[in-house]
Amino acid sequence: MSHDLLQMHLKAVISCLVIVLYKVHTTKAGQFFSSGHTNNWAVLVCTSRFWFNYRHVANTLSVYRSVKRLGIPDSHIVLMLADDMACNYRNPKPATVFSHKNMELNVYGDDVEVDYRGYEVTVENFLRVLTGRLPPSTPRSKRLLSDDRSNILIYLTGHGGNGFLKFQDSEEISNMELADAFEQMWQKRRYNELLFIIDTCQGASMYERFYSPNLMALASSQVGEDSLSHQPDLGIGVHLMDKYTFYLLEFLEEVHPASQANMNDLFKVCPQSQCVSTPGHRTDLFQRDPGSVLITDFFGSVRKVEITKDTINLTSPVEPPIKRSGSSDIQIESLTYVDQLPVAEIIHQKPKQKDWHPPDGFILGLWTLILLVFFQTYGIKHLKHIF
Amino acid sequence: MAAHRCGLSLVCILIFSSLAHPSSCDTLEKANDNTAEKRSISEVNTDGSVAGEALNERQWQSTDAEVDRSDSTTHSEALTPAAARDEFQEELVIRPLHSGDIYASFQFRTLWDTDFLQEGQKVSHYRLFPKSLGQVLSKFSVRELHISFTQGFWRTMQWGQPFIPSPPGAELWVWFHDTVSDVDGNWKELTNVLSGIFCASLNFIDLTNTVQPSASFKPLGLGNATDHRFLRYATLPREIVCTENLTPWKKLLPCGSKAGLAVLMKSEKLFHSSFHSQAVHIRPICQDEQCSSKAWELRQTLNVVFDLHTSGQGKKEWSLFKMFSRTLTEACPLASSSKVYVDITDNPEGELFELSPATPLLGQAVVLGDRRTYSVYDLSRAETFGQLRSFNLLLRWKGDSGDMLRPLLHAERYVAGFGLQTGEIHTVIYNNHPYRAFPVLLMDSVPWYLQLYIHTLTVTSKSRDNKPSYIHYQPAKDRHRPHLLEMLIQLPPHSMTEVTVQFERALLKWTEYTPDPNHGFYVGSSVVSALVPSMVAMRTNFTQDQPLFSSFVPVKEESSYFVRVYTEPLLVNLPTPDFSMPYNVICLTCTVVAVGYGSFYNLLTRTFQVDEPSPPLSKRLANLIRRMRGVPLLT
Repeated sequence: MSHDLLQMHLKAVISCLVIVLYKVHTTKAGQFFSSGHTNNWAVLVCTSRFWFNYRHVANTLSVYRSVKRLGIPDSHIVLMLADDMACNYRNPKPATVFSHKNMELNVYGDDVEVDYRGYEVTVENFLRVLTGRLPPSTPRSKRLLSDDRSNILIYLTGHGGNGFLKFQDSEEISNMELADAFEQMWQKRRYNELLFIIDTCQGASMYERFYSPNLMALASSQVGEDSLSHQPDLGIGVHLMDKYTFYLLEFLEEVHPASQANMNDLFKVCPQSQCVSTPGHRTDLFQRDPGSVLITDFFGSVRKVEITKDTINLTSPVEPPIKRSGSSDIQIESLTYVDQLPVAEIIHQKPKQKDWHPPDGFILGLWTLILLVFFQTYGIKHLKHIF
Repeated sequence: MAAHRCGLSLVCILIFSSLAHPSSCDTLEKANDNTAEKRSISEVNTDGSVAGEALNERQWQSTDAEVDRSDSTTHSEALTPAAARDEFQEELVIRPLHSGDIYASFQFRTLWDTDFLQEGQKVSHYRLFPKSLGQVLSKFSVRELHISFTQGFWRTMQWGQPFIPSPPGAELWVWFHDTVSDVDGNWKELTNVLSGIFCASLNFIDLTNTVQPSASFKPLGLGNATDHRFLRYATLPREIVCTENLTPWKKLLPCGSKAGLAVLMKSEKLFHSSFHSQAVHIRPICQDEQCSSKAWELRQTLNVVFDLHTSGQGKKEWSLFKMFSRTLTEACPLASSSKVYVDITDNPEGELFELSPATPLLGQAVVLGDRRTYSVYDLSRAETFGQLRSFNLLLRWKGDSGDMLRPLLHAERYVAGFGLQTGEIHTVIYNNHPYRAFPVLLMDSVPWYLQLYIHTLTVTSKSRDNKPSYIHYQPAKDRHRPHLLEMLIQLPPHSMTEVTVQFERALLKWTEYTPDPNHGFYVGSSVVSALVPSMVAMRTNFTQDQPLFSSFVPVKEESSYFVRVYTEPLLVNLPTPDFSMPYNVICLTCTVVAVGYGSFYNLLTRTFQVDEPSPPLSKRLANLIRRMRGVPLLT
């Protein structure tokens, strides 16, 4: 009897162990999908113009580089650069934008695709990209086609102040406009979770007014503090990066697509000893605990991978072109090229038939005046000769 | 007891089987897929019967083209769809220039004999022709498309004529098919789509900078009717060209930038040059010499001039590695021909420069009115790459080259005048031919904010009035349309012709200024099109084995060749307000109001009251005690 009981207990223990192991297996798989997002987007904006704001373009490009390296494809990144630094005539090394002095790291690279550039980077275009209200002829690469399962990373850099961010030295976006734009995105379910990073002076003021759920925000400085630039390069002649983004880049260089680093590590980037300004963050609107949110949830990308064991035979790529000998029975007259400068034809060209437009106000007024004067002087009895 | 045991083991088995379940599901599904594929292949096998056609192509084509072939003849070949053949050729031409610079011109051509615009035949299988461009062509019924992005200005006096000219900035001109009813709507959408494809701000092209030339820009492809209502031309002189434009351009090539000549395109070297121009030209051309059917040609060209002092470090010694920081290792496997040409016309005996590795192949071509000799390197042959499997061309100068022959046609443009109200545009065209006169067509497109006074237009040659035989002028409409001026001028031999017109600068509305208005506003280049007399008889018939750089412009007569010269773009300053003034005015006014009115208001309404200060603590305590005692309080 006791032997049987022992065996029963043993079986129970074994089954419990099996169930526990099974649960562990599912939690690891479960954790993979627990964040609830299926695709990643990034909107990276540099809002400053002119050569001395080189560092803002370098900031944006370094985040672009990290985000691309961790897996988000170009089709899911909307990159907005307000001015061109790489091919600027003042750049001693064209087609490069460096982040470290002595030209150590070229963040511009050889494979960059800028979606909005130059004068296109305006407050209106930025808000239209976020809310999706773009004119119908806008190409896909300029749209943020996110859905309710997208995690979006938004990075802004430039010159800012208490409650505003300057766009291109001519207009501003206020923190209330930004908060309203995010609320519009929430109402239209255009994001699952949103991470907002801003690197400007008094950056924390920009996230003060957010009121939509699932938003997490980071800023490089508190209200009343300035964000400082990192180091100048004497060869190029300008400051290359801002302090906060420089240390953010150094942190992200260590992150790889399978890394388990979470948001708490990101909050620790650039403490006051390194940055001089105090970086701030806001997580009260965020549903999950920041410690359980992976960096790659926003900076990396979810990819579906299907493994197949089939082999496909590729045929040889080039077949010699077969000259088709007059296969059609119908005789087509031989086509000709157009004369590039037919002088005789041009000289005798008839003037274009212009469309008839009704006479505009001036002509009508003039004729009315003439008729009035005529009838004034000669009397109304001449009217019957006209009509 | 036994039942319990059985039950427990059953539970264990169930748990284990559920763990193992997912993988078996996958394998079952994969097996299903395999059988489905095999079934489809066998179906197509029984259908197709013509030998010599690739199986793969028919798998794709049969679903599309079978339905559309119902109206064709009962010819046996018509029942089976003919696979649209496409062909890719690449070449690089290197031309050493007299100033010590070196001119490299890449041309990639994809020829495809299909018709996008034919009714009933939907093209859905793209092989070498890029799908993004093919879809654009069929959606907007485009007959011809020419787009170019240029950084720098081509110096005709120092470098001669380029193979394919282009103006600084971005230039787009399109011929639409005559079935299009709303050309302007198609044009607007086309520019937006192209701005997405090429990562450029082409969406700034709108009616204020689009013109419809009446005689210039005739189609370079096949066609007979040329109704200029279907032509649109626009240029953005401010457009910047950088790596983000090169990246999508490279992606249009069949081999990308992985194999063939495109591996040489490294942006760090290409943009560190005096002139960089990349272009895409799409047009219908003759498929063969009889010219009985059309084929679509996509040409991607990249012209770059490397400067002697910045890229060459002052030494007159050029190699592929020095120019592009790469060497060639293989030809593009998808190319039917891949060649490198080096212009050795000025070096017949090898006394000017030395070329290595030496090649026995020589080619001659008549291009730009001159017969030039080229050393040809065929990259499809393995021996070109030598032992090291890498091809690096080396040109070492030995002697000093003499002066370059002056180009026959040359144009310049500048703004004269002072102040911010009026000015004068001068366009100077030089005809350097000693005894031949020829006509040129000058096209000017000036933005509306420079208000031209056409009554001050003068054309003088050799200090005498030269009346143009054809003038087409379309005046500007404020904020709607730019000026368009086209003139056919006969240039006397060996002369300088000057075209001047005065203008007045407009004051824009404050929202119309760019964020950096003090930089100035650009006026696009003038275009001078001419048939220049050539020194050598040009070939009028096209052969398939002609090198690409000599077969771009169709030649109609032997004695002259067509050339297009672009002038400099102009940079004019418009009267610019001080944009900090609204802020200054608000500050000043508010200060004045606050100080002036505020103090006046205070004077009138303020009343003074005596206010007892609160007594110190000791006095308060003393008062408390005194109150308790009933004694009079302290003041």
